[in-house]
Amino acid sequence: MRSQPTHFVLLARLLHWLMALMIIAMLFIGAGMVTSVSARHEWLIHLHKPLGIAILLLAVVRLLVRLTTHQPPLPADLPEWQVLAAKASHLVLYALMLVLPLLGWAMISASGEPVMLSNTLQLPAIVPADAQLFAILRKSHGYLAYLLFLTVLLHLAAALFHGWIRRDEVLGSMLRGRDRG
Amino acid sequence: MVDRTSPSGGPQRPPLSAASLMLRLTGIAVVVGAVAAAFAYVHGTFDPQRLTPKALVDVLEKNNGVHPGFRRNHAKGVCVIGHFESSGEVREYSSAQVFNEPRTPVVGRFALPAGNPYAPDNSVPIRSLALRFTQTNGQQWRTGMNSMPVFPVGTPDAFYQLQQAQSPDPATGKPDPTKVPAFFAAHPEAVPFLTWVKTARPSASYVTETYNSINAFYLVNSSGQKQAVRWSMAPMARDSAPAAAEQGADFLERDLVQRLAEGPLRWQLNITLANPGDPVNDASKVWPDGRKVLNAGTLVLEKTQPQLSGDCRDINYDPLVLPAGIEGSEDPLLAARSAGYADSYLRRTSEVSQLPATRQEARP
Repeated sequence: MRSQPTHFVLLARLLHWLMALMIIAMLFIGAGMVTSVSARHEWLIHLHKPLGIAILLLAVVRLLVRLTTHQPPLPADLPEWQVLAAKASHLVLYALMLVLPLLGWAMISASGEPVMLSNTLQLPAIVPADAQLFAILRKSHGYLAYLLFLTVLLHLAAALFHGWIRRDEVLGSMLRGRDRG
Repeated sequence: MVDRTSPSGGPQRPPLSAASLMLRLTGIAVVVGAVAAAFAYVHGTFDPQRLTPKALVDVLEKNNGVHPGFRRNHAKGVCVIGHFESSGEVREYSSAQVFNEPRTPVVGRFALPAGNPYAPDNSVPIRSLALRFTQTNGQQWRTGMNSMPVFPVGTPDAFYQLQQAQSPDPATGKPDPTKVPAFFAAHPEAVPFLTWVKTARPSASYVTETYNSINAFYLVNSSGQKQAVRWSMAPMARDSAPAAAEQGADFLERDLVQRLAEGPLRWQLNITLANPGDPVNDASKVWPDGRKVLNAGTLVLEKTQPQLSGDCRDINYDPLVLPAGIEGSEDPLLAARSAGYADSYLRRTSEVSQLPATRQEARP
């Protein structure tokens, strides 16, 4: 096994792009849902819950893949503050991928509603029904979702900065599996 | 995270010209800006006219004042505890456990459809009953019913406009008395409700009222067949003489407590089956007489609890919390109720600590 890969492994890349689609869809579903009183509100909620649990499951798999595979190193000439920003933003992305679905699950539990992923598929409550706890969890879910959206924008801007301005291997390491010929 | 131990940063690229650098930076800004703009669009930022859950609840607060910790509508009420005894008659129409098991526990709430928790009981001619049935499989059926047979309007927008017509005028601090008549003149769909409300008088008791789902739903049986329905809870003991004299502002709760002290109270759950062609998407329209009505079973209420400490306080009676076997219809008011209730629920659960510690009393 090479200790210094130049690209992310196939499974890591698949998870990245699949979850990128799911998370961006999820953020848009959430934003549309809370600002609508039309029938859209209802079907968006019915998408939001199972999609959130799917993201949670994939995030766990992804964390395991991350911890058990080698990642390509950042370029040696990357300024120290950009290295820090890269590490911090990835930490935030991983944390929110796990925390946001758990908060959603917990807030429905705290409201006393059954946690239904479909007409019949029900998850157990993970916290007891409690109105004040619900309010805290519901607000955290909303604010942290905005934070995730901002972090995703930053991540996107940084990826394009690497690809278009620095023209280093960072963007390519997630786009492709092999060194460019 | 990623370690920076690579010995090489790859082949050195030639530096970008100033023009090329600007072009590329602009490209990044355009891509990121487009995603942010799409998000803002979905969020309604560019569409201040969009009816949002927040706008719905804001107009209720504008009309009724803010009473921290209380529901933004149907603010005054009382919790009731009981159970539902299924008759088995609905089994062939719905797979919901509530219609198939003999007994399902219920936490309910009688209320006054007003935004002020201190409104006198005779200020509104309508009473409401909300119920939460908890099935043994953990699924719930929540329903909020009212004593009127139809809703004044059929759409969330019209409901919002009706609320706006009742908002205090900034100049006088009182609602403009011409606005509600003007609204109804422009909304002929309100005629069935207006006809009913002319004859409606504030009842002296919660117990003698019939409570109607108003919105339509679907029953779904185990083979997936759907039947459009509306339901109502009809009192089984029809004594119209109030147990307590109609005195003061809080006679409804006193009357209920007094009657329950003498024994449980019963309602029959009647489920009306729509004929083909009956409107399932418009709560302002009555269904003609002659529809088949099923007796789904009996609601038995056993005791009351004060709404500030009772089990009903923290329940959001969202009419779209439904068990498998009952589904929402195309009625646009259902989604709007669900969305609006969620907003009101977040506001009031954030204010639980501000609720009065003492029992709620009407203000003189």
